[in-house]
Amino acid sequence: MEHLIVTHSVKITIAIVFAVMIAAMGSLNIIKYFFHKDVENYLIRARSFLFIVIFFTLGFTSNMYIAFGAIMLISYLCLKEFLSLIPTRKTDRKVLLWAYLSIPVQAYFIYTHWVTMFYLFIPLYMFLIMAIRMVVAGNTDGFLKSLAVMQWGLMTTVYAIGYLGLILIIPFEYNPVAGGVGLLAFILIFTVLNDFMQMFCGKAFGKHKIIPKVSPNKTWEGFIGGVVFSTIISALMAPHLTPLTLKQSLFAGAALAIAGFFGDVTMSAVKRDMGVKDTSSLIPGHGGILDRLDSLIFTAPLFYHYVAYINTIVIPR
Amino acid sequence: MFGKFLRYIFFLFIIKPFIYLVLGVNVTGAEYLHKIAKQPSILVANHNSHVDTLLLLCLFNCHQILKIHPVAAADYFCNTKLKAFIFKTLIGIIPLSRKVKKASEEELFKDINNALKGGESIIIYPEGTRGEDNQIKSFKSGVAHIAKMNPSVPVVPIYINGPDRILPKGTILGVPFIADIYISKPIYYDDTPTKVFTERIKTEVEKLKEEHKRKEEL
Repeated sequence: MEHLIVTHSVKITIAIVFAVMIAAMGSLNIIKYFFHKDVENYLIRARSFLFIVIFFTLGFTSNMYIAFGAIMLISYLCLKEFLSLIPTRKTDRKVLLWAYLSIPVQAYFIYTHWVTMFYLFIPLYMFLIMAIRMVVAGNTDGFLKSLAVMQWGLMTTVYAIGYLGLILIIPFEYNPVAGGVGLLAFILIFTVLNDFMQMFCGKAFGKHKIIPKVSPNKTWEGFIGGVVFSTIISALMAPHLTPLTLKQSLFAGAALAIAGFFGDVTMSAVKRDMGVKDTSSLIPGHGGILDRLDSLIFTAPLFYHYVAYINTIVIPR
Repeated sequence: MFGKFLRYIFFLFIIKPFIYLVLGVNVTGAEYLHKIAKQPSILVANHNSHVDTLLLLCLFNCHQILKIHPVAAADYFCNTKLKAFIFKTLIGIIPLSRKVKKASEEELFKDINNALKGGESIIIYPEGTRGEDNQIKSFKSGVAHIAKMNPSVPVVPIYINGPDRILPKGTILGVPFIADIYISKPIYYDDTPTKVFTERIKTEVEKLKEEHKRKEEL
């Protein structure tokens, strides 16, 4: 059993996250009881959020088995949500089971540090397997659409989420400050803060709509403000959790903030296409797990690639 | 007593984790659940899969589940002693004969009336059997007769979407999907002929389906 190395700076980061959460919930309760304002919605959200933070903390700080269990669970919930969202053909039921099966197989490749196989498994092997299995099922009516939408689902909910595992197994010597756990904490916290900043700036200064056809609440002010604040946040957090230099962290912050924004609106476009408001009602106050992880789907793979690129991380095999 | 204990444990440790973790439920109209749980009710839903019953029961907490009984075909669920034991004890079904031999209504619905009078609820699928491709077939009038005999008991129209993908009729291999349950405002028997009341319930269920229509093709 491989224990995950949780350095001092990671522990402090987690402590700060909890402190912020508790302060936020405390002040919401004060507003509720002393100023008699209706903040029930925010409280439900905060409570769900606290639960998510606890889940991630427990999941990614003890050992690899638990961490991979957590990643597989997240992937499973995301894929299930995606498949429930889209119309599926009756003949594809067995094909869908193969899609679910890709989750543990991919986790095995990451766990054994077989990174090349991880890179190729969903984009190449599942791409072939799904087509083969669907041909065998034999229904040609809507064949290409079904195949394409399933591959898209696998890429977003299994492949992209798999990068959380890949970040976790980055060898400790590449990030002596905080290790893989620190890098994972960085991208998770960054993505959440980026979402928050985009929303906050949008609400505070938002005037000019950025893509009204997809997401009527998104504004240029929110987008630009979000990118600016996120870049600063990235520069502040990076020295404690990543091996990035100041310049690199500024660049990464800006790029990831833009990617996060597009992850968010992409999922909005999917929801609009399917005619739903939320992907499910799994997380009270937030909607579904895909509503929550939409930006992470875009930021996590990019972040891994950037870190791997600047540090030329080569994991054997 | 022991049977109830078994059912409680069965739902708490096996069915609930399965329904909420492996599958998943989105509930619309959850505000009516509280009221439903407090008094005897007749839950009426469309029927596509065996999963329907488990989903509906899991909307309630384990204590309330003991007081809810799905009405099920005697010839299908109780044709062997083992099946009868399993479904009566673990799921809590009330068997109902589908082959009506002009027996008196009182006799036919005796168990159901007793349950409702004893403060317990029932789940009934008026289509009479599981349908296919998520189509709602015509409703049989039994439910209206039950409502007529118990006019103070609310009838709750429910539309379930999803189980026809999870475990459709005629398959044994389940595929995980999130199911949607839409609950409508309870209605009461209003002295109209039973045929008219049956249609009214069906219209309510169809209305739920229509209101929450999803894209059917990509």
